[in-house]
Amino acid sequence: MKFTISWLKEHLDTKFKDYQIIEKLTDVGLEVENYEKVSSDLDNFKVAKIINTEQHPNADKLKICDVDIGEQNPIKVVCGAPNAKNDLLTVYAGPGSMIPKNNMKLTVSKIRGVTSYGMLCSESELNLSDESDGIIELKLKKYSDKIGKNFFKNNSEKVIDLSITPNRPDCLGVRGVARDLAAAGIGKLKNNSNIKVKNNGSQKIKVSITKDKNQGCTIFGTCFIKDVTNKESPKWLKDKIISLGQKPISAIVDITNYVMLDLNRPLHAYDADKIDKEIIVRTSEKGETFEALDNKEYKLDNDMCVISDKSGVLGLGGIIGGTRSGTELNTKNILLESAYFLPRSIRKTSKLLNIDTDAKFRFERGIDPQSIEIGLKKAAQLITKICGGNVSNFDVQSIRKYKKNNIKFKIPLFEKIVGFKIKDKEVIKILIDLGFEVSKKKSELELKIPTWRPDITQPIDIVEEIVRIKGFNNIEILEPQKNRIKDTLNKQQKLFHFLQRSVASKGYFETVTWSFTDSKINNFFKESYKEIKIVNPISSDLDVLRNSIFPNLAFYLKKNLDRGFKDISLFEIGPTFKDNKPGEQLTVIGGMKSGKISRLNWNEENRLVDVFDAKKDTIQTLLEAGYDRQNLFVREKSPSYYHPGKSGSVYLDKDDIDPVAYFGEIHPNIIKKLDIKTEALVGFEIYLDYLKDTKLKLKDSKSKFQFSDYQKSDRDFAFVVDKNFKAQDLIEIISSIDQNLIKSVKIFDVYEGENVSKDKKSIALKVTIQSSEKTLEDSDLEKINRLIISTVEIKSGAKIRS
Amino acid sequence: MSDIKKIKDEFLNKLSADLNIESVNQIKSELFGKNGKISIFFKKLGSLPAEERKKFASDLNFIKNELQEKINKKIQEIEIKEINSKLENEKVDITLPERNIIQGKIHPVSQVIDEISSIFSEIGFSVEEGPDVENEHYNFTALNTPDNHPARDMHDTFYLDDTKELLLRTHTSPVQVRTMLKGKPPFKIIAPGRTYRSDSDQTHAPMFHQVEGLHIDKNINMGHLKGCLNYFIKSFFEVDKIKMRFRPSHFPFTEPSAEVDIGYELKDGKIVIGEGDKWLEILGCGMVHPNVLKNVKINSDKYQGYAFGIGIDRLAMLKYGINDLRAFFETDYRWLNHFGFDPLDVPSNYRGLSR
Repeated sequence: MKFTISWLKEHLDTKFKDYQIIEKLTDVGLEVENYEKVSSDLDNFKVAKIINTEQHPNADKLKICDVDIGEQNPIKVVCGAPNAKNDLLTVYAGPGSMIPKNNMKLTVSKIRGVTSYGMLCSESELNLSDESDGIIELKLKKYSDKIGKNFFKNNSEKVIDLSITPNRPDCLGVRGVARDLAAAGIGKLKNNSNIKVKNNGSQKIKVSITKDKNQGCTIFGTCFIKDVTNKESPKWLKDKIISLGQKPISAIVDITNYVMLDLNRPLHAYDADKIDKEIIVRTSEKGETFEALDNKEYKLDNDMCVISDKSGVLGLGGIIGGTRSGTELNTKNILLESAYFLPRSIRKTSKLLNIDTDAKFRFERGIDPQSIEIGLKKAAQLITKICGGNVSNFDVQSIRKYKKNNIKFKIPLFEKIVGFKIKDKEVIKILIDLGFEVSKKKSELELKIPTWRPDITQPIDIVEEIVRIKGFNNIEILEPQKNRIKDTLNKQQKLFHFLQRSVASKGYFETVTWSFTDSKINNFFKESYKEIKIVNPISSDLDVLRNSIFPNLAFYLKKNLDRGFKDISLFEIGPTFKDNKPGEQLTVIGGMKSGKISRLNWNEENRLVDVFDAKKDTIQTLLEAGYDRQNLFVREKSPSYYHPGKSGSVYLDKDDIDPVAYFGEIHPNIIKKLDIKTEALVGFEIYLDYLKDTKLKLKDSKSKFQFSDYQKSDRDFAFVVDKNFKAQDLIEIISSIDQNLIKSVKIFDVYEGENVSKDKKSIALKVTIQSSEKTLEDSDLEKINRLIISTVEIKSGAKIRS
Repeated sequence: MSDIKKIKDEFLNKLSADLNIESVNQIKSELFGKNGKISIFFKKLGSLPAEERKKFASDLNFIKNELQEKINKKIQEIEIKEINSKLENEKVDITLPERNIIQGKIHPVSQVIDEISSIFSEIGFSVEEGPDVENEHYNFTALNTPDNHPARDMHDTFYLDDTKELLLRTHTSPVQVRTMLKGKPPFKIIAPGRTYRSDSDQTHAPMFHQVEGLHIDKNINMGHLKGCLNYFIKSFFEVDKIKMRFRPSHFPFTEPSAEVDIGYELKDGKIVIGEGDKWLEILGCGMVHPNVLKNVKINSDKYQGYAFGIGIDRLAMLKYGINDLRAFFETDYRWLNHFGFDPLDVPSNYRGLSR
C-alpha cells in the first residue's frame, strides 16, 4: 500500500510532522516498510570529473576519458567533445539512462574498438539549452564536492509504503489509514460526505444479478456517463499514479484506479457502446471463454462470477475486465461499475485461473459493502470534471442487504487480556474514532461494527483495536514466573541431545541438511520404504522427502571431497520419512567417514577407514548412552547400500527383532554411481525410536559397586574354528561357562594362512579369571582351563591350537 | 687408633676422586668385605682388653658410619650422573606436532536450540515436538486459518498430495494444537523444530527452524508475554539491557498479535544488539485466539495465554555474526568447522550459555 503524505492530508487534518506520522503508522500496526522518493530516470545523471584524457587510437576526433563518478575506481568513457579535458567537471550518464533529448537508452558499447561505459552529456542532450558543441562545463566552486551525486534534483514527494496485514482491507485505501491515525490522536479525519454529482435521468442499461446458487456478487451498482472525452490524465493525477509506481493509461482508467487507492473501492469502467443490450451478473458455465485486459484468453469453469451481456462474458467480477468492453481514448459513453463480490468466490476463481490483480487482492480481503455509492460519486465527479459528460442516476441492484453487525463488549476483558486499565471514556472515544457506533450499559458496550471492518467479529477483536490504538508500549513488563509443570526434556529428548554430542565428540562435524532430497540419490538408500513425492518442489533435484539420512550426507560429503578435503567425518541427526502421513517419521543419526586415519602423520602409521571404525563409533555411542556392552549383539544383516561382507546391525539384546543401528563400509557400487572420489567410505545409522529405555537410572545402577581384591590370572588360548564362525559366539560361549569366575575375554589375534587349513581361522584370546571369594589355586585354574577348552570344542567344533 | 684414622683419611681421600660405580664397589669391599680393612678391626675387638674395647668400638663405629655414608653418597652421585647423561641422549624435538587431534563440531542451529531450551527451562518451560509432515487441519484450520483466508498466501506451502491435505508444516504452531489436544491446561511449552516454505533466495531457505512458545493458564496476559520475551532476548544475547518494541500485527491464531523488534546498531559492519536507533524484527507473538482454544476444547473464559514464534536460524545469525542463511544448510566443511561448536560446550544456566 503506497501513498504520499500530501495525499494522506486530503483525508487527515493534522499538524503533526512527517516523521511523527511515520512513527505512529507503525505504532498502530500499519508497518512502514519504506519511506523514500521513487527513483526517477534522471537519477542516472551524475556529477563527474575527467581525471585523464588520451587520444582514441582509431579516431582522430575521439578521446578516451578516465572519469571519476564518485566510485572506487574511475571508469572509461569515449567522448567526442572538443572541450573534454583533464579536471573538467561535467555530467555523466551511466548505462541504462535515457537521454532526454532523443529518448535514446544508453548501453555499454564499443566505439571504434574501445569500450565506453556511458557518456558525457552536452546541455542540449539534457534539454537544458541548445548548446551542443561540447559537454557541460560545471562550475568548480559549486560542484567540486558533488562528484558522484545526482545532477538533477529529484522533486518527487517521498512515498510511504505500508505492509498491510490481511485482516485490514480498509487500510488498502488512504482514507482507512487516515482514520486509524486520527483515532490514534494524530489529527482529525476530514468529512467525506460533501461530494456532489449532478445526476440526470435514469441509467438506461438494464442490470440484473441472477439468483444462482453460487452467485459471487451480491450488490452491483452502476451509472451511465454520456458524452465523455477520454484523454490523458491531468498532471496532478498522473503524478499520483506514477508516485505509486503505476503507469498512467487514460483519464477514465486512472480515475477508477485513483478512487480504488483512495477509498479502497474498486471500480470498473465499460465502454457502454460495446455492451450488447444489458448486463447480467451470473455464474459461468464450464467452457465459456473470454479475453481479459491482460490480453490472455481464459477458459472458465462452472460457478465463477461473470459480468456478461447478450453476447457473452465481459469480465470476471471483481477480478479482471475484458478487452471487448474496455474503454479507449475514443470512448464516448461509459458505464461505471461499483459492486460487491464475496471474498470466498473471488479467492476460489482467482486460484483456479491463477490470476492476481489489485481488485482481486482487495475483494478477497473484503471491501466495504456500503461503499458502492461513494465510489460511484467520487469517480463520476472526477470524470465529469476532467472528461465532461452527463451522469445518470445511480442504479444499485442487490440480492442481499448489509447491515452493521452488533457485538457486546465487556470493558473488563480489556484489562484481563492486556494487563493494564484505561478509562471507559477513552475506550469509547477510540472506538468511535474508528467508526464504531457505541452505546454503554454499565460496564458493557453495545457496538455496531463499521462495514469496512470484516475482520472484527468478537470481543477479543475489540481488545486488539483498543490496545493497538492506545499503544503497545503501555503494556507492562511482568517478570516471568519460574514455576514448572513438567521436566524440560523427556527421556527421548535427553537421548537425542546426548547422542548428538556423543557422536560429535568422536570427531564428526554435525550438519543440518534439507528434509527433502533428490529422488535419484534417495533411490540408492530407500530400501523398501515408499517414495514420498513433494507435489510442488522448489527444484527437480529436491523432489522427495528423504527415506534415510544418507542421500544428503553422501551428496554433501562428495561436495566436500570435490573441495579437496579427503578425511571427512560428517553426521546429521534428524527426521527420515516412512510415509506421507503425520508421525510416519523416524529420528535417526547418520554418520559418514571417508579417507584415512592418521594421514600425513610423522609418527603414526596411516590406514584407510574401515568397518571397524564405524563399528567402534556406533558401539561407543551406545555405551556412552548407557547401554551395556555385554548385552549388545551384532548380526551380519544390513541394508543393501552397505558392503555386503563388511557391515552389520546392532541389537540391544540378542533376542530383539529390530536392530537399533547399522554400520559398515558403503557399497562400492553406490560410491561409483554417485561418483564419490574417495579411498574409503564408511557409515553408520542409529535409530533413536528403537532405542528402548532398558537402562536403569544412574541413581539405581550406581549403588551396585562390586569388585574383588583376590588375585586374578590370565590364560591365553588359540582356537582353530570354521572360517564363518563368529568371534562374538566364541566370546559368548566362554563367558557363559562361569560368569562368576570369567571376568573378561579379549581377542588379541585372528590368523588365517600357513599352518591353518583354508576353511579355518585361528582366534587367539586372553581369558581373565578371578574369584570374588578366594585366591584361586593352581588346581582351580587348571579345572577352569580344561572346562574352557572342552566347552568351546563341543559347542563350536573348534580345536585348541597346540 | 691412629691406624684406623689413617685408613679413614686414606679412603675418604680415595672416595673424593672421580670414580665409576665399579671402583666405588671395589672400595666398599676393600673396607667392609669379609677381610676388609674395617671388618678386620671389628674381628679384633674381642681380643682387646675390656677398658680399651669400649672406646675403640665407639671410634670404630663412628669411622665406619662416616665411610659408609660417604660411599652411599658417592653411589647416589654416580647414579644421578648416569641418568643425567642418559637423558642427554633421550632428548626429542618437542616442537614436533602432537598425535592427531580429532575434534567434532555441533552445528550452530543445534547449539542455539540448546541455548534457547536452557533459557526457557529456567522459567519452567518444557520442550514439546511435533511431526514435520502435517495435515492441513493442524497446520492451518485448527489455527484459525480457514481455507479461504488470504493469510494462507503468506505461507508458501509444500504439499505432499494433490488434494493439499498433507503438507510440510509451515510453522511450529501445529505443535500448540497437538499439545493442547493431548493434555489439560496449564501449558507452558516451547517447541523447536524444522519448518518448511517453498521459497528460496538469499534470505529465504526452503527449510528453516522455528521455536514455538505457548503459555496457557488462568490469568496470563500480555504483560507476561512481554516479560517472558524480554527475559528471553536479554538472556539469549547475553546483555543486561535490551531495547525492545512491540508492534501490532496480525496472525490468524493470536489476537491481539504483535511483532517484536529489537534495537541494534552497526559497529564496524557488525550488528550490535541492544542499543542503537535501528530496529530489527525478530519474532511474532500474541494472545492465543479464542477460536484456537475452542478448536482444542479449552474454555477461553477460564483459560488464556500467549504464544510466540521465533526464527532460530536468524537468532543464530545475529548472535554469532553469520551473514548467509543458505550456508547453514550447505554442509561446507570449512563453514561447519568455523561456526560449529565444541561438543563439550553444552549451554546451561550454571556454566553459562556460551563461552
